[in-house]
Parts: sequence; C-alpha cells; structure tokens
Amino acid sequence: MNTKDTSGDVRLSGISKTYDNGFTAVQPLDLTVPQGSFFALLGASGCGKTTTLRMIAGLEEPSSGTVHLGDQEVTNLPPYKRPVNTVFQSYALFPHLDIFENVAFGLRRRGIKSVKQQVVDMLDLVQLGEQARKKPHQLSGGQQQRVAVARALINHPKVLLLDEPLGALDLKLRRQMQLELKRIQTEVGITFVHVTHDQEEAMTMADTVAVMNAGRVEQLGSPSDLYENPNTTFVANFLGTSNLIEAEVDSKSGDDIVLKAGGGKLVLPEARCSAPTTTGGKVLVGVRPEKITLTPADDAGEIPAGRNRITGKIADSSFIGVSTQYVIDSPVCPEFEVYAQNIDRDSRLRPGADVVLHWNPAHTFGLDAAQDIDAGVDTEEEAA
Amino acid sequence: MAAVTEAPPLAPAPEKKPPRKRGRWTPYWLLLPGILWLIVFFALPMIYQGSTSIQTGSLEDGYKVTWHFSTYWDAVSEYWPQFVRSGLYAAAATILCLLLGYPLAYLIAFRAGRWRNLIMILVIAPFFTSFLIRTLAWKTILADSGPVVSALNTLHVLDVTNWLGWTSGDRVLATPLAVVCGLTYNFLPFMVLPLYTSLERIDGRLHEAAGDLYAKPFTTFRKVTFPLSMPGVVSGTLLTFIPAAGDYVNAELLGSTDTRMIGNVIQTQFLRILDYPTAAALSFVLMAAILAMVTIYIRKSGTEDLV
Repeated sequence: MNTKDTSGDVRLSGISKTYDNGFTAVQPLDLTVPQGSFFALLGASGCGKTTTLRMIAGLEEPSSGTVHLGDQEVTNLPPYKRPVNTVFQSYALFPHLDIFENVAFGLRRRGIKSVKQQVVDMLDLVQLGEQARKKPHQLSGGQQQRVAVARALINHPKVLLLDEPLGALDLKLRRQMQLELKRIQTEVGITFVHVTHDQEEAMTMADTVAVMNAGRVEQLGSPSDLYENPNTTFVANFLGTSNLIEAEVDSKSGDDIVLKAGGGKLVLPEARCSAPTTTGGKVLVGVRPEKITLTPADDAGEIPAGRNRITGKIADSSFIGVSTQYVIDSPVCPEFEVYAQNIDRDSRLRPGADVVLHWNPAHTFGLDAAQDIDAGVDTEEEAA
Repeated sequence: MAAVTEAPPLAPAPEKKPPRKRGRWTPYWLLLPGILWLIVFFALPMIYQGSTSIQTGSLEDGYKVTWHFSTYWDAVSEYWPQFVRSGLYAAAATILCLLLGYPLAYLIAFRAGRWRNLIMILVIAPFFTSFLIRTLAWKTILADSGPVVSALNTLHVLDVTNWLGWTSGDRVLATPLAVVCGLTYNFLPFMVLPLYTSLERIDGRLHEAAGDLYAKPFTTFRKVTFPLSMPGVVSGTLLTFIPAAGDYVNAELLGSTDTRMIGNVIQTQFLRILDYPTAAALSFVLMAAILAMVTIYIRKSGTEDLV
C-alpha cells in the first residue's frame, strides 16, 4: 500500500461534544485514523461513539476541537461539502426512489450526467443488479443494507462512515455481511470508520479498534493487542471475558513481578502491567478463561514448574460443543471462568471436584487496582 | 427422545365438533351495522335527492316523479358561469392554502420543538368559534375604511388587483379577492393538518442522508422532503378544494351578486325559490364534477399507493 498517501486520514484534535442540556457525550478526544484502514469505534450505547462518527460526517457540530480529512480542515463544513459518506444505522434509504435512484442520488447531486454504468457496476459489486427497479421496502434487511453501502461507496468518498450498519440483521446474516464489508473494504481501499457495540464484530473486521467508554477512548490498538493486553478493567471485561484477581506486590525478580494473592503467589511480566508497581501496592491480576488449564487436585504434582497456580472447586460446568465452560469457586475470586477445549475430557472434572487452575505467566496481565473491577461487565448485553 | 415427540393433544379432535351451520351468515350479521349506517346516511338521502331532481310539479299541486331529465340540462345551461366561478375560486383558495400552509406545517413538524403542541392548538383554535362569526369578522377586517384596505391602497396593491379584475375601485369587500380570502382563511386548517401529519412522519435521518449525499438544503427539500409529503399535499388540497367548491357562506357574506358561487345558487333554489328539482339537479352535477376532477387529480399526481 502507498503509505505516503494521507489524503484519507481522519484526524480529530481535541474534539468534544456537549449538548445544550449539559450532557457531555464526547470528552476532548484526539484520534488519527490512517488512510486505507478499517477502524472500529467500539463501546456500549451512550459511550459517545456515534456522536464521534456524526462529528466526522458533519451531522453534529463539535463543541470544541477540529476535524481534518487529509490536509483539509472540515470542522465547519456542512455535510454536503465533505468528502465522506455514511451508512446509517437504519439505512435511511429514500422510500420514494427505487434502488437505482437511491444509489445514483449522490452522483446526480454532484451534477454527473452519465450515471448508468457506474450505478450498474456498483449494484453488481453488492450483488443487487437484479433489484435495480424495486423500491427499498420490497427488499430484505440484508439487501437494504447492501444498497446503503452501495449508495455511499459509489461516490468514492475519502472516508466511509458506518453507524452500526449490521445492527438490524440477524446473527447469521450479520456474520456474512461482516466478511462482505471486509472484502469490499479491501477491494476499494477506502478508509472505513465503523461504529459498533458488538465486540466480536469489531474484532472480526477492524485493523484498529478504539474502545470507548463514557465519552473517552479507553484503549486503542489492534484487536489481538486489546484482547491479550488490556489496559483497563473496562477493556478487559468488555472485550471477551477476564478473570480479575486482587493481589499485592510482593517482590520483583528480573522482568517479572511476584504477587501475593490469597495464600499463593502469582508471576506477572512487568511489561504486561499497566499499573504502578511499588512493593506492597495493590494490583489487579487478569487472565483470559481460555489460557487456563484445569487439573484435578489429585494430579497437582504433574503440573510443570513455573506456572501460575490457583486452587478451587468446580461450581458449575456447561458443555457448549467446541468447549466446556467451567465456573470455579476459588478463594481469590468467587467466579473464576475457565474455557477448556473438548479434546480429551477428564471425567473427574465435574461440579464439586477440587481442582488446580494453572497457566503460563506470560498470559497474565496487570491492571491498576484503583478501578471498578466490574467495569464493562454486561454492558454489551444492555446495548444489544 | 420419544417422550418429547409425543405431545399431548391440546385441541379436541376435529371430527368431534361438526362445523356449525349458522357460521355461513355470520359475516353478513357482522356487516349489518356498517350497511345500516350506509343506507341511512348515504343511500337514502342520495335516492331521495335523485328522485327529487327528476320530479315536476309545483308547491301547490305537489311534485311527482316524471323522469324529467331535462331539468339537468336546463340547470347546467343556466348556471354554468357559477359552476366555473366556484371551480376557479376554490382552486385559487386551495393554491393559497398550500402556499401558506406548507411552510407552517413544515415549521411545526421540523422546527417548532417544544412549541409544537402550542402551535397546533393555535391552528385548530378558530374552530372553537362559529364559522359564520369568523367569516363576519373578515367583513370588518376588509372593510372599506379599514386599515387593510387603506394599506393596500397606499402600497398600490389594489391597482394591480384591479387590473387583474380581482377587485374593483377602492374596495376589497364584495370582490372575488374577498371571497377567495375568506375561503383560504376558513379552510387553511384542513390543509395544515394533513400536511403536518405527512411531514411529521418523514424520518429525520432521510434529511441527514440526503445532506450526506451532497444535497444542499434546498435540494434535499425538492428531492426528498417534498416528494415524501405528497400524500399530505394531495389529501390537503382535496380537503380544501372539495368543501370550498360547494361553499356559499363566504360568497354570501364577503361577496356580491357578481361573485355568486354554485353553493349560493343551490341554497337560493332550495330555500328561497323553493324549486327543489333544480336545486337537487345542481347538487348532483356539482358532486359529479368534483368526483371527476378528484379522480383525474389523484391519477395525475400518481400518489395512489402513497395515500
């Protein structure tokens, strides 16, 4: 890719939005979305992600700060003068126009006379060539969604903004459209800014994800980076599931920190700790459920040395096909979640069994203990 | 697994309950209230008027149905100028209502915010007063020595309207302009309400989408808002035009003998001359004319599927 081209960059500097009623939807925010990337703004409803998107589109006026597209400042430009297009949450297709005219709308407004070939090509790209003369209400949800994408993309915007574009689709169609949108983005090479509350959707599609909470960006990074190394409890809980343990810094050995939790000791690589670590200070230790191995207490001797260990009792287990999810009652954490692949199932791992939980210390992450340990838990369900 | 598939029968087996015979007439019984309503309030008056229109006779000797269809021809050939005038006045009033009502409805639907309900009440408020009193008030407003007429005079507007034949001399009262003003005023709410309803239904995101797709505000109005408000425009114009074409109060109170509309003729025939057949025939002709115009209008405006 031509990394020098910055004409499709989106640069937000100190942008914020406070409504007339005093509610601050977006706190001052700096964000740069590089040209050609697929960028996702992820957060629960009311976190300010849609407001941020609308400020880029020009549909909302920022209370402070500036918006740049490439080298052009667009902060005070009305939407119809900005080289961006939006795919709206409910598609907002024009009900009185047929599919062809819906897609041609942007071209016609810019005074382009011969739109036919372009519209036909675009409808072919989204596989709707046959439906050109139908009205929007005659199409299914997934087809309407593709019309909305085609209607925006045909204008070759520098940036395509997608506001929860898949929210109204059922799960199976949503998965299909995720791949479809990703394919289109790769094909056209336009910068996509995608707003969603579905963490799986954000991780599947985006190169870079910004997790937003209460008008702020909590953390920004690639999906794997955010998942493996969250910096806040909100990110840890909102993206997938995390087991968080309150621990106390005991000592440091080399690049590792040794912590005391319950009766035992845990090792945490210092590079993976986003909190200050002074001896005696509190740290939240986190580990993802799928990194953990369960071993019956009887076989504890077989666990290799150098792994973090916690003891507990299986409180509940549910079989979900590819894996089994266990809830472990442990002295350091009352509801410790463990996901085990169903490869060789040990019949002794039943509710009530005493077990040892162990994992590679490299999968441990450390968070500042001064945060709400439950931040971001269940917000996803509320939004959905 | 077998236990799951074998569900207990929830409904009794169908052969135990033979289908009831009275079910055959049930739909007609259910239709009865509607049919009775139509007979009493629509069919009977129509038949009565229809038979009146083809009767001959006099008040002293009584009227008899003689299938005298030439009453229609006589009535139309004598009163066609009033028919044409009614159509013109009603059309002018409808256009004025649309020009005044659309911005108002647009304002209420999109810009009024928390004032919306208050403005809606103000639109409907005139209905709390009698139609006659409101129309009489216009007699005062447009009085020869009143401020409106003198202002129009000073601004030389009356010179223009005189030249157009809408007014004569220094007067507004007793001219076509006064009648059209009265009609416009009286039927404005019938325009505003359907317009408001259809504008208010338009999804605000469509405006945003149009702006996002490079449409300037006026283009958005022309290409999105106005086409989507067509159902309101059509029903508003119909609700204004139809009663305005048959109205006689405005022409009676604000007009002169030169501005008589077909409603005035019918009223005079019924109540003063007591020529019931001619009055009934004129009513039928008016109804048929309006029906024909409305049908053509709806066809032309192409909003059958939107209304």
